[in-house]
Amino acid sequence: MSIWISIIIAGIINYLTRLGSILIFKPSKMNDNTKQILKYVPSAVFPAIIFPAVFLNQDGNLVQLADPKVVAISIAFLIGILSKNLVITILSGLISFWTILFLL
Amino acid sequence: MSLKFKIFLRGALDVLPLMIPVVPFGIIFGAIGIELGFGPYVTYATSIIIFSGASQIVILQLLSAGASPLISITSSSVVSTRHLLYGAVVSQHLGHLSMYWKVGLSYLLTDQAFAVSNEYLKKNSENKFKHYHLVGSGLTLWFIWQATTIIGIFLGSIVPDELGLTFTIPLTFLALLVNYLRKTDHLIVIILSGVSSIFFFDAPFKSYIILSSIIALFGALILIKIKKK
Repeated sequence: MSIWISIIIAGIINYLTRLGSILIFKPSKMNDNTKQILKYVPSAVFPAIIFPAVFLNQDGNLVQLADPKVVAISIAFLIGILSKNLVITILSGLISFWTILFLL
Repeated sequence: MSLKFKIFLRGALDVLPLMIPVVPFGIIFGAIGIELGFGPYVTYATSIIIFSGASQIVILQLLSAGASPLISITSSSVVSTRHLLYGAVVSQHLGHLSMYWKVGLSYLLTDQAFAVSNEYLKKNSENKFKHYHLVGSGLTLWFIWQATTIIGIFLGSIVPDELGLTFTIPLTFLALLVNYLRKTDHLIVIILSGVSSIFFFDAPFKSYIILSSIIALFGALILIKIKKK
């Protein structure tokens, strides 16, 4: 039972984190600085999900630079800069990852 | 075709490329839930009730490892706090909507829907139906997430670990940043956030995501100040 209650409470809190600022923030009352900073939200949040998933192993230790994940994400990064295309970036990362894993 | 429906479809189409990583992620999540011993109902329920892959994995992993409900809920919630930042960003474009709209749209505000629809909202700020884009992207993700969770619950065990499908998660988030990679200021913020996340990875309650985000946003503030001078 406590599992269900935990999940429901976590679900409610998770929902409130989504609703909270949509309700609280009033666009007309936002100053320029705030608007400027908010432009950086994707660049500030997403790397915090990317880096540990790539550079740390399951025990939380740094992986080697030659790790397939590190090499593949670096290739995807470069392709991303060159192509500015989401699909090409994902495909280049996956193809290089699996090439390293299975062919090299 | 009405304008609303066109914008809705555009949202659904814009989010489609992200299915390449979201589909395996959903399947992996379903499989993890079963592997951790939660059974199909609990595992699937988290996809409806929490509807946030990272928070779902965190709470199931902690509960199964014997952590108290309080610690499990707190960690899962701390992981979710990044949504507060997404909400602040999209609130700039949703101010004109009624409370009902805001209550409904909030449920759909996932990482991917935010990233894809924010671009559209920014470029179409004059369009009064622009929020239908978020409905399109959010609902598409919702259906795919539900479907893939179910597939993962029943078939997850036959997906070989060797494929390394968890790699699709960081890869998606990198792809979502693709428009920012050529901008020096954004690149500095990206590196600042990434390095901080490694540094603070062991911080309590999985707070490294929000901690690193805040540090990076402070960095952004300094960059803005320098630019203005």
